[in-house]
Amino acid sequence: MRRGAVLRRAALNGAGLLVAAFAAFPVYWMIATSLKPNREIFAATPRPVPAEPTLEHYREILTGNLIPGVTFADFFVNSALVAVSTVVLSGLVALLAATAVARFRFKLRTSFLIMLLVVQMIPLEALVIPLFLMIQRLGLYNTLPSLILTYLGFSLPFAVWMLRGFVAAVPKELEEAAAIDGASRAQTFRRILFPLVAPGLVATSTFSFITAWNELIFALTFVNDQDRYTLPVAMTFFFGRDDTAWGPVMAASTLFTLPVLVFFLLVQRRMVSGLVAGAVKG
Amino acid sequence: MTTLTQAPETTAARETPARRRRRVDRLPYLLLLPCLVIIGVLLLWPLGQVVVMSFYRLNNVRQLRGDREWPWVGFGNYAEILGDPFFLTVLRNTVLFAVANVVLTMILGTLVGLLLNRLGRRMATFVASCVMLAWATPALTGTIVWKWLFDDTSGLVTWLFNALPDGLSEALFGRSDWTGYGWFNSPLLFFAILTLVVVWHSFPFIAVSVLAGLKSVPSELHEAARVDGAGPWKVFWKVTFPLLRPVFGILVVLSTIWDFKVFTQQFVLAGGTQDRPTFMLSIYSYAEAFSPPPKYGLGAAIAVVLTLILLLVTGIYVRMVLKQEEDS
Repeated sequence: MRRGAVLRRAALNGAGLLVAAFAAFPVYWMIATSLKPNREIFAATPRPVPAEPTLEHYREILTGNLIPGVTFADFFVNSALVAVSTVVLSGLVALLAATAVARFRFKLRTSFLIMLLVVQMIPLEALVIPLFLMIQRLGLYNTLPSLILTYLGFSLPFAVWMLRGFVAAVPKELEEAAAIDGASRAQTFRRILFPLVAPGLVATSTFSFITAWNELIFALTFVNDQDRYTLPVAMTFFFGRDDTAWGPVMAASTLFTLPVLVFFLLVQRRMVSGLVAGAVKG
Repeated sequence: MTTLTQAPETTAARETPARRRRRVDRLPYLLLLPCLVIIGVLLLWPLGQVVVMSFYRLNNVRQLRGDREWPWVGFGNYAEILGDPFFLTVLRNTVLFAVANVVLTMILGTLVGLLLNRLGRRMATFVASCVMLAWATPALTGTIVWKWLFDDTSGLVTWLFNALPDGLSEALFGRSDWTGYGWFNSPLLFFAILTLVVVWHSFPFIAVSVLAGLKSVPSELHEAARVDGAGPWKVFWKVTFPLLRPVFGILVVLSTIWDFKVFTQQFVLAGGTQDRPTFMLSIYSYAEAFSPPPKYGLGAAIAVVLTLILLLVTGIYVRMVLKQEEDS
């Protein structure tokens, strides 16, 4: 009996290690490759661990020009600009809407919530053609605001859905007390509710950030000039060719993944409940 | 707080109850307004527009800018795609891929969820952290890494197959030298690798959701079943599964929706929109619209077909979520 229990534990742990390896290995391999000198990357027998770790690939992509006059850092900045603008705008708008659905009972409340669910299911891939038309007509083609606008629309429904939980979690009594003290609605929101919802806003913003940071199709379609590419587009363009320089590619991939990993850690616990009710995936 | 009490000038304080009630009634709509405008303009309007566009012949970017007329073709675009055997291939690819990926993701994710629930605390934390890593990795970089693993000269997978004893490799696959083998050349292999990438990206979400569901199930139920002599298989189907049914329902629907519109992984793995035999609906629509010569109308028609399929699935999903909201 004891032996059986020990064996079962060992089998479970073995399965656990297998799963861990399957999940984490590609990420490990990305980082390991990025740190290997070329002769190790293209060696006949791959080394599990870099024998002579080097930062040369990082130096190469960070200092070199991918196209004349444009560096990796420029793409990074483009992506960051787009993502941060999306986060700020969608956070603001979502906070207002979440307050409305969490704090008020009004006629169209349920309809609004259902609409939020439904619009999250719209295949965004199907909207690229009409949005391209809109961007053309607005004269925003080939600009970063075209992407900010697009990502704002995509991240908003889920942001509202997620934030409403945080708003509802703030005790109503606090606002009522302020109201009794003579504060206006706007004042109670600004001074009582919003500061208390701040952690939720951070969590929600992370989702918007990841959405905007990872997006490829729209960035590919709405921006034409190479110096305005976001990072995903730049990576598919400059690193997707047949004769791939895997060292710099892996270094770029690592740098691209890093912010997402950091943000993801912030919100991973909220992921499940949020996702089962809403629907967003990287 | 004190500053608030010292501000008797605020309008709210001076309002009569009736006026105040009216204002409160309008306030939620005011708060919703920006959100509604954005969703309306950026999601709902394009949704209607894609349907409208699918009825026109739009082959020129100047038409999109409004400089040229849109010739009405009615169901012409639909007739064109439905009459094209290639469209049926694409539709078949899409459906088969989605079904295969949903099934595999659900099975693997559920198994890992069950496993995480039974591991010791430290081991569970370690495995869960690794699983999170696959989840957090962006679709783009995840796919690039898998592409590197399957590189035909220095990729790890190529090396592994080369490392197989020649006789075994010969007997199993009919070749012993894998250097230069085009892993992405045959559509079937391409889809197999794409499946691997997509499942790798999406099983963590299922695993963690199932784990969260399991944590909410009282463990006494499982113990009681086990004491009654039920094996793990029986415990799962008789106890765990019925309790988690609502979670499974939502997970299946979400996976279905996601797997129907896989784009980034496909785009990166195929290196663009040239590899027609591996097309699925979303990339087909995109390629028709944006690869020269542009056919926005035709692309829109394909997008409408994809949307209709997903709308059907969405209907099921919304009903499930609403039911859950009512129950909780």
